[in-house]
Amino acid sequence: MTDLLDEAARLRRGLSDDVGDRVVESLYTDAARIAGTSVDRDDARARLTVDRALDRVLTHRVWGFVAMGVLFFGVFWFTIAGAAVPSDLLYVLLVENGHAWLRGIFDAVGSPWWLTGLLVDGVYLATAWVVAVMLPPMAIFFPLFTLLEDFGYLPRVAFNLDRLFARSGAHGKQALTMMMGYGCNAAGVTATRIIDSRRERLIAIITNNFSICNGRWPTLILMGTIFVGAVVPPALAGFVAAGSVVAVVIVGIGVTLAVSWSLSRTVLRGESSVYSLELPPYRPPQIWRTLYTSIIDRTLKVLRRALVMAAPAGAVIWLIGNVHLGDASVAAHLVTALSPLGWVIGLNGVILLAYLVAVPANEIIIPTIVMLTLTLGANTLGAAPGVMLELGDDAQIGTVLVTAGGWTLLTAVNLMLFTLLHNPCSTTVLTIWHETRSVRWTTLATLLPLGLGFAVCALTAGVARLLGWA
Amino acid sequence: MAAPLPTPGVGPSPEQEPAGACASCALAPSSARLARLGLAPGRYDHVVALAGNPNTGKSTVFNALTGLRQHVGNWAGKTVARAEGGFSYGGTAYRIVDLPGTYSLLSTSTDEDVARDVLLFGRPDVVVVVVDATRLERNLPLVLQIRQITGRVVVALNLVDEARRHGITVDTRHLTRELGVPVVATAARRNEGLPELLAAIAQVATTDDPPKPLRLIHHDPALERAVADLAAQVEARFPGVPNSRWVALRLLEGDAGIEEAVRSGTLGELATPREAA
Amino acid sequence: MTLDELPRGQRAVVTALDLRGGERRRLMDLGLLPGAAIRADMTSPLGDPTAYEVRGALVVLRRGQARTVHVEAGCSGES
Repeated sequence: MTDLLDEAARLRRGLSDDVGDRVVESLYTDAARIAGTSVDRDDARARLTVDRALDRVLTHRVWGFVAMGVLFFGVFWFTIAGAAVPSDLLYVLLVENGHAWLRGIFDAVGSPWWLTGLLVDGVYLATAWVVAVMLPPMAIFFPLFTLLEDFGYLPRVAFNLDRLFARSGAHGKQALTMMMGYGCNAAGVTATRIIDSRRERLIAIITNNFSICNGRWPTLILMGTIFVGAVVPPALAGFVAAGSVVAVVIVGIGVTLAVSWSLSRTVLRGESSVYSLELPPYRPPQIWRTLYTSIIDRTLKVLRRALVMAAPAGAVIWLIGNVHLGDASVAAHLVTALSPLGWVIGLNGVILLAYLVAVPANEIIIPTIVMLTLTLGANTLGAAPGVMLELGDDAQIGTVLVTAGGWTLLTAVNLMLFTLLHNPCSTTVLTIWHETRSVRWTTLATLLPLGLGFAVCALTAGVARLLGWA
Repeated sequence: MAAPLPTPGVGPSPEQEPAGACASCALAPSSARLARLGLAPGRYDHVVALAGNPNTGKSTVFNALTGLRQHVGNWAGKTVARAEGGFSYGGTAYRIVDLPGTYSLLSTSTDEDVARDVLLFGRPDVVVVVVDATRLERNLPLVLQIRQITGRVVVALNLVDEARRHGITVDTRHLTRELGVPVVATAARRNEGLPELLAAIAQVATTDDPPKPLRLIHHDPALERAVADLAAQVEARFPGVPNSRWVALRLLEGDAGIEEAVRSGTLGELATPREAA
Repeated sequence: MTLDELPRGQRAVVTALDLRGGERRRLMDLGLLPGAAIRADMTSPLGDPTAYEVRGALVVLRRGQARTVHVEAGCSGES
């Protein structure tokens, strides 16, 4: 069959070398001719005045950024405020009542303690926790985001911010995948499909983890509230606590741009890059269809992946807390082994172990930390070993961490930094693999933030200790 | 939602194709080829591929046709999202595959490769090309490229409601003449034009005599000679290939995907005549 | 002159593209081919890129890309 290819090559040599471009051009010329004879425009200015007026505001030097801030603040505010009530409800239903009820059933049928522990205290409690914490915010965030998308607003954001990203060798649409990442990094990584040039897409995938997903917000807010806010007078506490969370987000944006810049000048230098962006006309969003598809497509898909990961994590948490080697639990041995490294980076062994166990979902970091601290430290509050705590108020957690865990302000600040800078959750890693099909890029996307996290935390710990702050 | 739409009499009559009793056509000839490209197996009589530029409301058309009978996945070995669904019309079961939104089939991206492979090697019974009525010129290059591959095409001139708002009218009869295939005006968001689209799909799916692939004339005598020369050889090698001129042109441009199809003989499978529909 | 020099609100006609291969195709996909009427519509608040109206569509080009598009300003061109 190759003689046909040889013949093609021979004939090609007889033609000028821009034959490809010429063929395409004649195709487009034909298209233009047919369109020209079939289309009749009333008005040479096809863009609607409504669209023009909207664009004038939404891409304005001042109002464009104001609108962007208000809209995205609104989306996040709705997500956080709107999710609180259903989250509490699910928590009471699944974690408190559901757990007790399930335990009752297991006890009634005479299940051995270890089976009840593994399945009910481990697997069930972890998955119930993840559903209660993750489902409501995602079910609000994704539809809102999709509405903005359908309306045609999101490409305008890419247009407004493109220059920032262009300087870092990235695409303006990365702003959108970052926004999506603030909801969920796995969804953010999938959303990079809107970037059609390979290099810019890889950059967006690798840096998406620097957008703090909703699984990590609670950790930041908790640390900001009980540690950072506590160092200033109570009148300022709320403000300073919120400020510390915002500061971490801003550091995240800075890291995103810096890492994008270095990637485009190092490992990704050779990758091809063709820029394209189009601003579609504004369209009235279809609310019901959007609700339906975004809940089916995004929310449930992400939730299912999270559950698949949370169930085994729950089992592991219970096992390491309850299986004993010698005179201590596996968890205790692991904490002891991780402690030196934890000290160097201003954290502790418990936190590092929690991050190891909670690779499946960032949501379970805080409960895991508290559970491990309680069972390994002085058991002052009398929780059953290995049971993921049913957390009371923030102050109670703070007391546990300080008295039983020996936490300081440095621990809290570094935990906030480490929340931003560590490997993506396993759901996201899996998604990165699905999207890139490359071990190399998946590994880089996993280890790069972790390495940065170790470096940054070691630096802050070193400086703090040098200056006698910790 | 689409299933109980009125049958405007164009679909296959029950006498010709008893609904549900079509054991032999449950796996249409194209289904095996499509299965290799990642299509889910199932019972259906005809395969419809949905093509179009990005942002043309292609997925709205897809949703309007399939309703809830759809599922999503990835194309075999590719990271490109794939959605497929089913609908029935006039007693006939259709499987519809949503191709990635592309501007062309010139193989400059994975999306374009996937779309091209399905259209060329999957040989769907009908290709519905969704075009944006407000940007016809931008959308026609894809239509023309698909027309060079196959004549089993229906053009869904979508977003006509938006075009009306913008004061744009498109002469569908003229467009039908130029393209040689049915052009149906639709506003899928409002379910406008869907009965007509279904009728056109049914008509193209069941015809034994689809229009010939489009021959585009290149105003360059040397190129014309080379294309004609190579097309003749393609046809000599793979008798019955329905789109030898297009294949020749792609080979002249050095399209790696088509060269591979020549080497592996995949192209030869296109030469087998369509089994009776 | 090249497209990046076209003042905002001004119309022009594309005369040539200084590109080959994939980049050229992408611009043609977006409707920028010789003979097409084009208008500089608006510039990003950060100064770059710029959105151009090409037959009803708003296509965004960075300055470097616009520099490869040759245009002839002033005449309205076929629409």
